[in-house]
Amino acid sequence: MHRFLKLSAFTGAIGLLVVFYSFYLIKRPIRSNLRINIIHLVGNRELKLDSVTYHNGLNQAYTVSKFKYYLSNFELINSNHQAIPLGEYFLIDEEDPASKKIAIKNLPSGVYTGISFLIGVDSLHNCSGAQSGALDPINGMFWAWHTGYIFFKLEGKSTASKQAGGNFEWHIGGYQEPVNCIRKVNLNFKQKKSSSLDIDLDLVADINNLFTNPKVIDLANFSSVTGVEKATTIADQYSQLFYLR
Amino acid sequence: MSNKSSYLFILFAVLIAFVVFSSEKEYFSLLREPMKLSLPKGFPTPAYNFQKNKLNAKVFNLGRQLFYDPILSADGSISCGSCHQQIAAFAHIDHALSHGIYGKIGKRNVPALQNLIWNTSYMWDGGVNNLEVQPINPITNPIEMNESLAHVVQKLNASVKYKTLFFKAYNDSLINSERLLKALAQFTGLLISADAKYDRVMAKADTFTTQEQQGFQLYKVKCANCHPAPLFTDNSMRNNGLPIDTALHDDGRATITHQSGDKNKFRVPSLRNCEMTYPYMHDGRFRKLKEVIAHYNNQSKMERNYDRSINKIGTLTAEEQQALVLFLKTLTDKTFLYDRRFADPNNQ
Repeated sequence: MHRFLKLSAFTGAIGLLVVFYSFYLIKRPIRSNLRINIIHLVGNRELKLDSVTYHNGLNQAYTVSKFKYYLSNFELINSNHQAIPLGEYFLIDEEDPASKKIAIKNLPSGVYTGISFLIGVDSLHNCSGAQSGALDPINGMFWAWHTGYIFFKLEGKSTASKQAGGNFEWHIGGYQEPVNCIRKVNLNFKQKKSSSLDIDLDLVADINNLFTNPKVIDLANFSSVTGVEKATTIADQYSQLFYLR
Repeated sequence: MSNKSSYLFILFAVLIAFVVFSSEKEYFSLLREPMKLSLPKGFPTPAYNFQKNKLNAKVFNLGRQLFYDPILSADGSISCGSCHQQIAAFAHIDHALSHGIYGKIGKRNVPALQNLIWNTSYMWDGGVNNLEVQPINPITNPIEMNESLAHVVQKLNASVKYKTLFFKAYNDSLINSERLLKALAQFTGLLISADAKYDRVMAKADTFTTQEQQGFQLYKVKCANCHPAPLFTDNSMRNNGLPIDTALHDDGRATITHQSGDKNKFRVPSLRNCEMTYPYMHDGRFRKLKEVIAHYNNQSKMERNYDRSINKIGTLTAEEQQALVLFLKTLTDKTFLYDRRFADPNNQ
């Protein structure tokens, strides 16, 4: 009798452990990743630097020699419309293919309906002094004399340009009103995505959109935008640049 | 015998007094770990704190080496210390406009470097928002050091001396722009001047002469609006009425904001150590303090959009002007100007 009690207590304890462990397995957060593949297009074709001549909405011929910008402060939107902040700062550079594949590890678990991010760098990190990584000033995306990051660079040549050598140059930044060029992008997923699996996204930037949406941009008037003037106009254009494929 | 021991006693007492006295004037010690900054009495909370740039004697020392090293310039010819001289409160004595690489002349007068952690912006036009990123300007300016930050980092990485100094400071051998700039910020951020005769009078450890006292009363009524104690600047951008120099055409703050209302506005500089920071104004046009006072004394000759708080000055008599100059000289802080911790480490 005594032995029987001992045995059943033992098996009971084992049973409880098994039950708790299976609860743990079910409840254990699965650490999945967000992977974003960034695709630069002009119209339907993949962007090629320098070698290919494109035409904007006004049929002005142009080539692109540099396309470089910051994406930051990523958030996933869950099915309760809550934004779950993921943070992060990425410098995307057409010249550096590795920079067009970005990843955020260890997603908080949930079911998500969309994603948001900033084009540019939030105001706090424009005032935070010396930084490294994507925000290192040696990356050539920093204004020293008027402190702040250049959020967005597009450079190239155009027959419509009034600059020397037919160059055009957009260097857009500014984190304070009246020249605030930070733009938030909200994109919905076509189908809900659960963090039980890795989330893979194709994020497309179509340079044609820069010249047509929301305004039609004339390269004769916008051949050099590198300071305060006209910067917010270009920022409004790049706010419409991205979509999910 | 008793005579000898009393001599010893006196010597000992003097030593103790010296230690106590000098430690009172120290806002930080390079010998105490962890390094701590104690703010001068009555000074406000600084805009720059060292929270994300932990004070450390070895980082400070690295910053000091960098400050005095021409490795920061393209041809290795000039360092920060070339134009920011300690005896001039880290302004450039007797130079109206900044001198740079290949003998080039800049557009503005070298400002003093003192009490920088209380600045809310940097440069004459206030374009820089954080102490740490200010040095990128002189380093990359083509008429100053004409260098790129990336190349400076590359040169430091190739230097055995700096590999060692960075390792000592940060416990690993990584050299990047963040560490370079933070080390410089520890050095420049600790350039604190708060031990002039004025400060000792306020602490009741000294007294003004009659003329200095008269000058102090005048300062309080006429100057303190824009140059309030204890920093002797209100950190604002103002048009002080200087007629425009047509050769330089410097729009001041408006070069940053592109707002017409900001034309000819410049950062209000501190009056501390002004005896040593001559020449004066953003373009160094005045060589003597009495010329500066003469400018403020004659509002009819001012650029028409001058800051109206200047009207408070009214007209000063010759005697009052002299008293004011004598008061301004009580802001000279020899403890700061001769503090060996700030001196060129290569000349010691």
